[in-house]
Amino acid sequence: MRLRNLLSATAAAAALGALAGPALAERGADGQVNIIYWQAVSILNPYLSGGTKDVEGASLVLEPLARYDETGTMVPWLVEEIPTVENGGVSEDLMSITWKLKPGLKWSDGSDVTAADAVFTADYCMDETGGCQQVANYADVASVEAVDDLTIKITFTVPKPVPYGPFVGAQSPILQAAQFADCKGAKAPECTDANFGPIGTGPYVVAEFKPNDVVVYEANPHYREADKPAFGSVLLKGGGDAVSAARSVMETGEFDYAWNMQVEPEILAQMEARGIGKVISAYGTSVERFEVNMTNPDPDLGDLRSTVEGGPHPFLTDPKVTRALSMAIDREILVEAGYGAAGQVTCNVLPAPDLFNSTANDWCKTPDVDGANALLDEAGWVVGSDGVREKDGVKLSLLYQTSTNSVRQGTQALIKQMWQEIGVETELRNISGSVFFGGDPSSPDTFQKLYADVEMFTNNFDGTDPEKYMANWRCSEIPSPKNNWLGGNNPRFCSEEYDALVQTLAGTAKIEERAEIAKQLNDMLMESGAIIPLIHRGRVAAMANTIEGHAMNPWDSELWDIASWSRAK
Amino acid sequence: MTDAAAVRPDADAAAAADAAAAKRRHSSPWRDVWAQFSSHRGALAGAAVFAFMLLVVLVGPFIHDVDPQKLDIRAKNQFMSWEHPLGTDNLGRDMLAQVMAGGQVSLAVGVTAMLLSVLLGTAIGVTAGFSRRLDGPMMRLTDLFLALPLLPLLLVIIMLFRDTLRQAFGPESGIFILIVFVIGITSWMQTARIVRGDVLALKEREFVLAARSVGAPGRRIITRHILPNVLSPIMVSATLGVANAIITESALSFLGLGFPSDFPTWGRLLYDGANFMTLTPDRVIWPGLAISLTVLSVNYIGDGLRDALDPRIRGR
Amino acid sequence: MLTYTIRRLAFAVPTLLVISFLIFGILDLAPSDPTAQLPLTIPPEVREKIRLSLGLGDPFIVRYFKWLVQFMVNEPLNILEQWTGWTIGDGERLRVLSWQTRSPVVDLIVQRMPQTLWVVGMSYVVGIVIAIPIGVISAYRQYSWFDQFGTLFSMVGFSIPTFFTGLLFIVIFSVTLGWLPSIYDTTLVVEDWDSFVAQVKQMIMPTMVLGLYNASQLSRFMRASVLDNLNQDYVRTARAKGMTEKVVLLIHVLRNSMIPVVTVIALNLPQVFGGAIITEQIFRVNGLGQLLIGAIEGGDIPTVQTLTFIFAVLIVVFNLIADVLYGILDPRIRYD
Repeated sequence: MRLRNLLSATAAAAALGALAGPALAERGADGQVNIIYWQAVSILNPYLSGGTKDVEGASLVLEPLARYDETGTMVPWLVEEIPTVENGGVSEDLMSITWKLKPGLKWSDGSDVTAADAVFTADYCMDETGGCQQVANYADVASVEAVDDLTIKITFTVPKPVPYGPFVGAQSPILQAAQFADCKGAKAPECTDANFGPIGTGPYVVAEFKPNDVVVYEANPHYREADKPAFGSVLLKGGGDAVSAARSVMETGEFDYAWNMQVEPEILAQMEARGIGKVISAYGTSVERFEVNMTNPDPDLGDLRSTVEGGPHPFLTDPKVTRALSMAIDREILVEAGYGAAGQVTCNVLPAPDLFNSTANDWCKTPDVDGANALLDEAGWVVGSDGVREKDGVKLSLLYQTSTNSVRQGTQALIKQMWQEIGVETELRNISGSVFFGGDPSSPDTFQKLYADVEMFTNNFDGTDPEKYMANWRCSEIPSPKNNWLGGNNPRFCSEEYDALVQTLAGTAKIEERAEIAKQLNDMLMESGAIIPLIHRGRVAAMANTIEGHAMNPWDSELWDIASWSRAK
Repeated sequence: MTDAAAVRPDADAAAAADAAAAKRRHSSPWRDVWAQFSSHRGALAGAAVFAFMLLVVLVGPFIHDVDPQKLDIRAKNQFMSWEHPLGTDNLGRDMLAQVMAGGQVSLAVGVTAMLLSVLLGTAIGVTAGFSRRLDGPMMRLTDLFLALPLLPLLLVIIMLFRDTLRQAFGPESGIFILIVFVIGITSWMQTARIVRGDVLALKEREFVLAARSVGAPGRRIITRHILPNVLSPIMVSATLGVANAIITESALSFLGLGFPSDFPTWGRLLYDGANFMTLTPDRVIWPGLAISLTVLSVNYIGDGLRDALDPRIRGR
Repeated sequence: MLTYTIRRLAFAVPTLLVISFLIFGILDLAPSDPTAQLPLTIPPEVREKIRLSLGLGDPFIVRYFKWLVQFMVNEPLNILEQWTGWTIGDGERLRVLSWQTRSPVVDLIVQRMPQTLWVVGMSYVVGIVIAIPIGVISAYRQYSWFDQFGTLFSMVGFSIPTFFTGLLFIVIFSVTLGWLPSIYDTTLVVEDWDSFVAQVKQMIMPTMVLGLYNASQLSRFMRASVLDNLNQDYVRTARAKGMTEKVVLLIHVLRNSMIPVVTVIALNLPQVFGGAIITEQIFRVNGLGQLLIGAIEGGDIPTVQTLTFIFAVLIVVFNLIADVLYGILDPRIRYD
């Protein structure tokens, strides 16, 4: 009886899309807007929790110097312009960048925003003992100085072709130095008042916060645009599951906006038909993919299981096999069954921005079961009496793992059947997300350990530059007992050529050349079969028809433009 | 499971009992029990329904021989038709085939886990209630089990034993054993406490004191005098236990701790179907009905069995 | 009875210590991880640093004792200071901090008490109020239409899980009829008639879903127990003495039938505190149940440990109360 109480919902990731409309009127004229996030906000300091819900909850209050708009273009936010080499904001040697704050900016307590606040923010996050979760944004930073009250200069330890890590995007906003002065390092978690009610420059201030439940915001009286925001207050409620969140927007109308609608498309379509709300979506860099184990996961290997030392995988290292597996998958069906407006077929692990999207692998868009069968026949895999192909006593039998989530289990079932048609046998396993993505070295079920043949999950990268992301598949990133299973190269893909190309990418500044290299890296991964991309996933949200002025943004916080939201009359 | 069904009809008409029991006077106690049981209309009806469910679940797949795992995305979310008598789900799987396949697992898990939990609960409850020396330790153990956080405990159990059991018994039986064990081991506490409470009261009753004073050994007092008198709460626990085990199993699968996702069970079908309630109501009606009917029939069987085993009623 | 109670209370301390140690051990062994819910864009090295900053690098026993001191010494001292206004020591005591919110766990619990006590507590009241008459009447008129209907109702009620009934209620009362809100507003303050009505409205669905579930379980035990007693000799005696049926039923039978029912209620009362995970999720009541499940999913060990430990204390206390009640309901029961 107590056990049944444990039923609960799993988590996933994603976000929204939208339209824009003009809003005039005065500040606070449109009353309250109700937003529902089915994962509740835990803390309003994004440096202490990198969870999407926390970062986005804080983004109403805290703002970065520059952020990405709905097209993925960087736009100046608290600064006059984006520094580049051309306008002299980035030094010729790519070792430093200089930002100029807009004059006259005020914190919500009425005090001035100065360069010293940015310097403090960098120190706060780079403090070793603070456990800052966004420290990757400050990688390779040598120093941050305030040249004058409005000028911030960041110096790097290596040349940075893309120096837009610190203070850019929702993950890296500016904190008020005065408020957090006593909260550095080990004391960071103890400053509950500051972490629950940061003072910011954004359109709202925190009026009431119940962690893991609800946040109530009120308009910031010192916000820089006098007529904004149109909504005088925001209620951000959390908890429950995605379907009921969608229902509260599109069926009962209790809420105006619901985040991350990973729900079967027919359910959303039925709700949308009531005409109160609509589903909006936009595409960033998230790709649902297979990561294919290039090493042997045989349990008999004991500690050498799924390590390079344990030897290569008996058949998945053969690109013909992985290509056949990919050809057999009808991705359109996966989209139709589980994603709808939230997914598109993709053949690349790097599908966006458009400039970076390769066309070399488009063969995967049309499923070809006969071709896949022919390929396997050619490779010497013969169909046995039980319908499963085998060669030299090895069966084409796969253990397929993923996290627990109803859409993923549907996809698993569909792919199992598609693979059955080419004589591949599949055992399915789903693992609770808190274990699968947890990385506990003592658990056999984490996605880094990959004690399975293939695993499916979604990954993406922040911002629009894929350098860090593509560097995940270098040889040095292979998770193994030696590095305590830390590393992003789950397929255990290893190629010197790839590593060298990643190195070249780090030294290339011109955007077109960078795109060319990134595409090559993507194609190498595709051809080796280490990654089989499935679906380019978008952010999806449900929004009441009466809300205007929102552009769905997959590159930054979904609530990035909340100052412009208004209610249709 | 088939055997279990044969011995447990159930009843809901008592009036007929007296006459029927009176007819077979001097027979063995077990004949009496059976006579009383079979005169219990509700018990018989319950047994019939339960047997019918078993039949459908075991024989049905041979008549409606559609693979429950067969996906047909072009035929998704369909209503009842000749081809799919109970419609299809959102991936185009045949619901009738799934309900039947799910029934085999759910009934097996429900009944075995319930038996394990009731046996464990009764044993601990009777021991603790009867023996003053063991009462403290046993009840503290019960407190401990009640207090343990179950989800983390399950994660630990599964992590420690899943691969071992999978290798020893194969993926399906291995997980079956694990699930039955997990449900049994985490749901006996209520039965134990209830039984103990009743035993505490019973052992001070005159007939127990009388038995003791004539020197009857403890074991005999328990089996002859105590157990028959605590049967009612045990039967209720057992009935509720079946429902509980079926639903708990679905919670486990849902959390990724139970059977693989392509392995239908009633609880899981109900859970997966809940969000589709307004789109394809069939998906929740049938599994829900199946669970309710099972529980209801087990309840009536339990009622009949209790009446049949109660010497006072049997004598009437 | 008094010495028994005192002995049991004294014995509760070591029991609870053992329980707290075991809970901590299980949480430590469990493979959940506090960084699991972070986006994958946060690199593995940073995750490792986050774990270390949470103290996960310390040995198990050190972490256990830290928690023990924080919970058993620091938190009570803080409460004492708040109540009395005294300052004890330097006041710089480390409290039990949640890993998810980085705020004191005890504050979170205090914040969530009201909605859980109201909704879950009320549902138990509703459950008991429905179940006892149904159980008594069903047993007294065994196999009547009332009994048959009661059986059907409680069996269906028990075998249909709350995630289903909750959803059904929402579809009927919120979506179709539009009478009741589907989402519980925890920021609502009851200060006038309108807000009181709003509070009642938002409590109806979660309370009924849970209440019906509790009632169906409780009424079965009640019915079984009354049935047992109706056949006892003392009932025959009482009737023979010419007592009215009302007296026989309500005084003699009811009192003697309460033992199993008291057990069930005593077992369930701590769960009022534990909250109702599913129902709280469905209606977004966001009480203690939701706090616990969120903490478990997020690998937030201090929160789970503190909540489950408080839960354990309640279980031990309520079981003790039940044992004392047995003695009152049936004076023949002796523990000494």
